Amino acid sequence: MTQNKVNAVIVGAGAAGGIVAKELAEAGLTVVLLERGKWYTAYDCRKDDLRNQRTSLLGCAFGPDDDRYRRVLVDASGQEHLVAPSDGAYNNNAACVGGGTFSYGAMGWRFLEKDFRMRSTYGAVDGSTLDDWPITYQDLEPYYTKAEWEIGVSGDDTNNIFKAARSKPLPMPPLPPSREHVLLKAAAERLHLHPFDIPMLRNTVPYNGRGGCMRCRWCVGFACEVDAKCGTHNTVIPRALATGNCTLRTECVVRKIATDDHGRVTGVEYFDERGRLQEQAADLVVVSASATESPRLLLNSKSRLFPNGLGNRYDWVGRNLMGHAYCGAYGLMESETYDDLGPGASIAICDFNHGNPGLVGGAMLCNEFIRLPIQFAAIAPPDVPRWGAARKDFMRNHFRRCVAVQGPVQEMPVFEARVQVDPRVTDDWGIPVVRLSGSRHPQDLEVARYISSKAEAWLKEAGATKTWPKLPGKVLSGGQHQAGTCRMGNDPKTSVVNRYCQVHDVPNLHVIDASVHVTNGGFNPALTVMAIAYMASAQMVKDWKGTGMR
Amino acid sequence: MQISAAAAAAGTMVGCKGSLSPWRCLTRDEAATLEALCERIIPTDQDPGAAWAGVVMYIDRQLTGPYRKLRKTYRWGIAGTNQTSREMFGSPFAALTPPQQDSVLQAMDSGKSHGDCWNQVSAKSFFDLVVSHTMQGYYGDPRHGGNREKVSWKMIGLPYPPVRGRVTR
Repeated sequence: MTQNKVNAVIVGAGAAGGIVAKELAEAGLTVVLLERGKWYTAYDCRKDDLRNQRTSLLGCAFGPDDDRYRRVLVDASGQEHLVAPSDGAYNNNAACVGGGTFSYGAMGWRFLEKDFRMRSTYGAVDGSTLDDWPITYQDLEPYYTKAEWEIGVSGDDTNNIFKAARSKPLPMPPLPPSREHVLLKAAAERLHLHPFDIPMLRNTVPYNGRGGCMRCRWCVGFACEVDAKCGTHNTVIPRALATGNCTLRTECVVRKIATDDHGRVTGVEYFDERGRLQEQAADLVVVSASATESPRLLLNSKSRLFPNGLGNRYDWVGRNLMGHAYCGAYGLMESETYDDLGPGASIAICDFNHGNPGLVGGAMLCNEFIRLPIQFAAIAPPDVPRWGAARKDFMRNHFRRCVAVQGPVQEMPVFEARVQVDPRVTDDWGIPVVRLSGSRHPQDLEVARYISSKAEAWLKEAGATKTWPKLPGKVLSGGQHQAGTCRMGNDPKTSVVNRYCQVHDVPNLHVIDASVHVTNGGFNPALTVMAIAYMASAQMVKDWKGTGMR
Repeated sequence: MQISAAAAAAGTMVGCKGSLSPWRCLTRDEAATLEALCERIIPTDQDPGAAWAGVVMYIDRQLTGPYRKLRKTYRWGIAGTNQTSREMFGSPFAALTPPQQDSVLQAMDSGKSHGDCWNQVSAKSFFDLVVSHTMQGYYGDPRHGGNREKVSWKMIGLPYPPVRGRVTR
C-alpha cells in the first residue's frame, strides 16, 4: 500500500530520531516517525531482575524479541554463530519508542575537547582508523546545552577541572549523596583527584512536567516507574506529536530505502504492525536506527545506481564498529556501604580521560549503579570459588559491603570490526540480518589495565580491605554504546556522511545516530547522540526549501 | 547399559510430556538428580540451599519458555552426571554423599568426566549452565519459580519490600 507522501520519514524513534522528528515537525515539515518496537510507559516497569535490558537472561523487556530477530556473529576463529537479542553477542540496543533512552542508566555526558581531536592529539595508531571529527566541541556546544535543557540533565560538574567550557549550567541539581558517594568523594580528594556529581538525564526535582527520582534500585535496564528518567519518549516525541505535523507508527520494520534514477532517495518500504508491506514516500529520509541497524538498512538498500548499498561507494558503511571497553575494580569494605539508595552511580572523575603516560585516550571513572542480587552473584574476587558453600558465604557476607568503580575506555576504531548483511540468514520479515565480525584493538585492553589500577587505588583509599580488577576481553565491541559505522568526515573516500550527517553522494539522505561518531569518547554517548541530532536537524531546517534539499 | 538405554530413549522424546511427573519438562528422576546437583552449587547451611529455594522449579519452568532450546542439553547432561557418578562411585548422583557429589562435579568442571552422554553435550558446558541457572533460580525474582519466600534476599540483607516515595532531600 502507498502512504501519502510527507516531507520527511525517520527510521527509528530513539535518542536521535525522536529529536529530529521534533525539530522538523516544529519547523513545519510533515514527518512520519517509524519505530520497529512498541511504545511502553512507566507502567511497563516490571522490575523483573532476569528480564530487562541490562540483564536479559530471560529475554529483553523492551525488545527486540528472541523469536523474530537474529544476527550472525563471526568469532575470532571464523566460526559463525546465530545469536538472539537476549544473547550478549547480539550487541543489542532496546527496540521501542525512546530506544535506549527508555531504559538506560541515563548518564548525560559531554565529550571533552580532545575527544573530537584524537588523531591530532595522539597521532596515528597502528591497526586503527583513528581520526579527528570534522566538527569540534565548540561547534557542538550549543546543542549539548539544548539537549541538557530540553531533555533534562541533573548533576554538578563545577569541580571537574577537565571539562570544556559550557555556556549554561545544568538545569537541575544532583541527588543528595549516598553512603558510597561520601566515602569515594573523600578518598578521591585525598588522592588529589577531582570528584564531582555525574550529569544524569534524570529529574532530581520536578522538571518538564514530570516529578523527581524516588531513588529506587531498578534503574539501568528498567523503565522508570515514576517517569523521572528523561528520554526522547517522554520529552521530544510527545512535543513532536503535539505539533500535529508528526505521525508516529510503531511496530513498523523498514526493509529498504527506495531510490530514483537520479541518485536521490524517494522514501522507504516497510512492514507495518500487521506485516503488510507499505511504501512511504518522502522528500527526506533520515536513518536513526542505531550503529548496527542503520548500516544494515543502507547495505540492504541496493539498486542499479548503488550496487553496494547507499553511501557505500568506498566501502565505509558498517566499518569501525566500536563501543566501550568497560573496566574498573571491585572493593570490599569493612563496614556496610549499601544504603539501597538508587540509582547508585553518582560520583565520577575525569582525571584519567587523557594524558595517561604512553597511552592513547582513557576513561572516565565512576561508581556503579546498584547491583541487584543476581548481578552480584557474578561478582567475586578470583580466590572465591564459583560454586559451593564458600561462594554462598561470600554472597551473604559481602552484598552490602562491596563498592564498584568502573569506566568506559575510549576505543580505537578498527576498520575490520564491522557490520555487514548476512548473505543467507534473514529475520522474520525476510530481511537479511546483521553479520558482525572483528574484534577490539589491543591498545584498548592496555588502557583498561591502567584504568583498572587507578580504580583499585581509589577503592583502597576509600577503605577497601580487598580489591580486584574488572577487565574487558578482546571480543568485538558494540553493545548499548555501539557507534562508528557510518563515520562523519570531510573526505567522501574515508567517511559516509558530512558534518551535518548528510550522506556524501545522496543529498536527501541523512544518517543521524551514534553511527556517525568518529570516536566514541571515554563516556556514555547518549547526550552526544542527542546533541548531534539537534545540530543536524538545525542544518536540515536551514536547508529546507519546501520540496527537498538544495 | 541401563543408563545409555535411558539416555537414548530420552534423546528421542524431547518435549514436555512427563505424564506421571509433577514437573513441566523434567521426569521425576531427572528432577531429583538436578535438585541434588543444584544443592551442591548452593548448599544448605544456616540458610536454606538451592533445593529448598525451588531452583529446580525455576529451571523446569524456564525449559518451557525462554530456555526451551536447552531441553536436550538438560536431558543429556543429567544422564551424563549419573553416568559419571556410577563410573566413579557406583551409584547415581542423588545417592552419593556430598563429598562424593563434589568430586563428580569437579570432574565435570575440569572436563575429566567420561561417558558417552558427554559426546552429546560437554560436561564442562553443562556444568557451567547449571551453575548460572542455579544462581538465577536462587538469587533471581521469585516470580520465576525460584527464590522461595525471597530466601536469598533475606540472607544477603536486601531490604524487601523496598521503600516507596522516600523523601530524598
